[in-house]
Amino acid sequence: MGQLINSILVLLMLTGFMLLGSSRLAACIRTIAIQGLLLGFLAISMQDGDWTISGVLLPTTSAVVKGVVLPWLLFRAMREADTAREVEPFISYNLSIIAGAAALALSLWLGARLQLPNQPASSLLVPTAFFTSLVGMIVIASRRKALTQVLGYLALENGVYAFGTAVALHLPVLVELGILLDVFVAVFVMGIAMFHISREFNHIDTDKLAALTDRLR
Amino acid sequence: MISGSLLPLILAMALAPLMQAVITRTKSVMAGRVGPSLLQPYWDLRKLLLKGAVYSRTTSWVFQLGPTIGLASVIIALTLIPFGGFPALSAFSGDLVLIVYLMALGRFCTVVAALDTGSSFEGMGASREVTFSALAEPAFFLALAALARQTGYLSLNPVLAAVSTATWMRAAPMLGLTIAALTIVFLAENSRMPVDDPATHLELTMIHEVMVLDHSGPDFAMIQYSAALKMWLFATIIVGVVAPWHSGNRWIDTAVGLIGMLVLGIATGLIESSMARLRLLRIPQLMLVAILLSALALAL
Amino acid sequence: MIFLLIIMPVCAGTVAFFLESDRLRRILLLSVAVAQAVLSLTTWIVQPAPALGGWLAEDALGKMIDTLTNVLFLAVSFYAVAYLREERKQPHSDFVEGVFFSNAREASFTACLLFFLAAMNLVAVSQQLALLWVAVEATTLASAPLIYFHRHHRSLEATWKYLLICSVGIAFALLGIFFLAVAATNPDGSAISLMLHDLQSNAHHLNAPWLKAAFVLLLVGYGTKMGLAPFHTWLPDAHSEAPSIASALLSGALLNCAFLGILRAQEICVAGGLGDFSDRLLLAFGLISMAVAAIFISGQTDYKRMLAYSSVEHMGILAVGVGLGGAAAFGAMLHVINHSLTKAMLFLVAGNFLAVYRTKNTKGVAGALSVLPVSGMLWLLGLFAITGSPPFGPFLSEFTILKAALDQGQTFVAVVYLAILAIILAAMAAPALAMAQGTPSEHIGVTPGREIALTAVPAILGIVVLAMGVYVPSVLTRVLREAAHFLG
Repeated sequence: MGQLINSILVLLMLTGFMLLGSSRLAACIRTIAIQGLLLGFLAISMQDGDWTISGVLLPTTSAVVKGVVLPWLLFRAMREADTAREVEPFISYNLSIIAGAAALALSLWLGARLQLPNQPASSLLVPTAFFTSLVGMIVIASRRKALTQVLGYLALENGVYAFGTAVALHLPVLVELGILLDVFVAVFVMGIAMFHISREFNHIDTDKLAALTDRLR
Repeated sequence: MISGSLLPLILAMALAPLMQAVITRTKSVMAGRVGPSLLQPYWDLRKLLLKGAVYSRTTSWVFQLGPTIGLASVIIALTLIPFGGFPALSAFSGDLVLIVYLMALGRFCTVVAALDTGSSFEGMGASREVTFSALAEPAFFLALAALARQTGYLSLNPVLAAVSTATWMRAAPMLGLTIAALTIVFLAENSRMPVDDPATHLELTMIHEVMVLDHSGPDFAMIQYSAALKMWLFATIIVGVVAPWHSGNRWIDTAVGLIGMLVLGIATGLIESSMARLRLLRIPQLMLVAILLSALALAL
Repeated sequence: MIFLLIIMPVCAGTVAFFLESDRLRRILLLSVAVAQAVLSLTTWIVQPAPALGGWLAEDALGKMIDTLTNVLFLAVSFYAVAYLREERKQPHSDFVEGVFFSNAREASFTACLLFFLAAMNLVAVSQQLALLWVAVEATTLASAPLIYFHRHHRSLEATWKYLLICSVGIAFALLGIFFLAVAATNPDGSAISLMLHDLQSNAHHLNAPWLKAAFVLLLVGYGTKMGLAPFHTWLPDAHSEAPSIASALLSGALLNCAFLGILRAQEICVAGGLGDFSDRLLLAFGLISMAVAAIFISGQTDYKRMLAYSSVEHMGILAVGVGLGGAAAFGAMLHVINHSLTKAMLFLVAGNFLAVYRTKNTKGVAGALSVLPVSGMLWLLGLFAITGSPPFGPFLSEFTILKAALDQGQTFVAVVYLAILAIILAAMAAPALAMAQGTPSEHIGVTPGREIALTAVPAILGIVVLAMGVYVPSVLTRVLREAAHFLG
């Protein structure tokens, strides 16, 4: 069981690097979809034998939403906006990957320092969660396209969710569903906003959204 | 210090060109051609050795020394590599580091020899070679370090002996990452697709081949031969980790190892026929990925 | 009863989304607003029974925020109906750049208003901290379309920033909730639930380092939403580009809801004996927010942005008040009410200015007193109120906080606090006075027949603000004291 969890976690880390290193939006969306599915697998394999209905159903729902529904929405948004690539990010891909490596080192250090009251199933769980969140932050901060920023937000959210599974939290079903619904609606609303941006500006580069600043005397 | 068997070295020196032939044959079959005979590399070597060498007046002794030292360093490195059930000719704690340095020495001499010609093409090739190897070397080094950490030894002999199916059960993700990193290094160091195209005929797109344009006759034979040995060396490490069965009978293990080499050769051929060469600008990214994978394997 | 507070606006919002008739929809909006206000005022007389196994319940703090939200919503909805009647449905030209734009569908705007109200009510009555998080994120999602009512690129930009920055911030708050859950896990594997009550009564068993980390994350997360500097960057953009009704609700109600999230964390820290730690953080962020606001208010040329930065300042004051604790916490609670009412009134008045002068530049507005006598007067009064001049409500609460700081010997805090308030008074008074006085340029005539609610609603809010400065009802004092009691 431990090896299965470890393998999933390593794959999660690799998806983080894939997100940082690829310029094709379709590849990025697919990476996020894989991440969502992996998280579902992770949550299920963390059950450790004692399967409960909610313990299987919730991760499955989340995997379906994050791995199928949201990517589908994002693919649609990508086609609507008629863009396929992230051109000229603020930080180049190689530099992003190096930043990712630094983030990984930071997460490993943090994970080694944090003393969890109950031992997690794998020592990699907490670092992976932090790393995925940090990757999300890097993507949000360094990319121009609105779509990529949404992907960054999803990675950030995935990391936080992974932390939830890492500390074996058993949140009430209602709350889990609420969180999932929030993420879903957030991406949905962002998708609508993206649609408007692409119609208003004929592209979805957010650095052109710069009309609002403080014009001081 | 000398405790091992001569067999791994003999196998390497005898079969290394064959592995190249296997790759070439696979590519030919994939392309729908018959391809050259499996013994073609040997004939090529023989032909080159029978020729005389031509030296440009602008070159110095450095140019003539390069291939010799290159070959010598690979052969010395090969004495540290075990094969199948047979231990390496020599082994000591820390020989992992020596292997990396011997490979670097060989490359240094080839690069210096290339620069010695004063030709702009060779200078370009040398600069590319150095750029990419500067990135491939740390990846290789980190991958070996990751293996050392997983097994607890600093010498390749016990490391490869210690990697077993049990190790895979215990640390599958890390070994998987190491293998992935080693494969990229293997392709890059041996001038294979998607990093370099060994079959290209345009100097501008070459990396390794352009460096050795001016060598001829026995010198070029040495270069070709050491390239084959180098590939054998990397392949041995990969096969040793991927196929970690220790049956107890050395001969069976060696046979398994040879089959592994054959499979790796065919796999390389398949990769070469299915991928296009990456743009030069993208290669550092690939190397970066290799470094990352091996660093990840080491850190976890 | 608590269920009704949340279910009613959700149902009404769904209906409003599909209602074709403008008239029926506006009646629906008003009746729901009235019913909600009545309902929340009833809770002051009849303590409502907890619902959903205690997940939803009203304590003093929740009751205060909830009632404030509903009353404010009532006022704003009357204004909104009048505002929507005056809005042109056809594409019309934008007065900043002259580009043509149209409005969002009124039905979806009304629906989002009602969903927004439901989410805020849920925030106020959530006793389960993870549920509270869900509700706060829901407020972001429901209010984002409100900002993008006028469909031009600037409001789109503001909406995008709001969505992205707040969602990212809120993700940190979720991490904070998880940290809190870790802090609540015992080494033997048993865990304290995330119910506020459980956490408070078992606060001493919580793992202190994790609780501290959780507080920091919650402060950053909800602080982003609340507009504490340096996470406030979305706030001026959203407030200046949203229609005035939305700005009034964002400043007057939404910020309080985010503040409530921080207050819940503070309650747990105080109960767990980590009050010193959380107080210091709140003080620091509060003073930084006030200072940043002072910098950006000075020289601000856009009056809606000026009001937005003033909200940043007042959020800072609230944080300082809670950070000082004791009497200052009471002052902060009182200030929540005073700031909400005053700022909502100012944004509504600003909306009137915008409709007549068609510019957001302070220099473009002159002679408001003669062009719009009531609004001009209210603008002046609101300006004095928001900068903390007697005899208005904000003066009373700001003074309570200052006095508490001096009583506690926090002279440094008191001096900085007073200095920033003085700078802001000076910085806001000059442009605001110039807007009210002077002679209007000739082409601005008095538009006859404007809706009466457009001036009546801010006027009523102004009277309440004035009244709050003169007399605070004892029942309110009692609830505020109760709310402040748990804040250290």
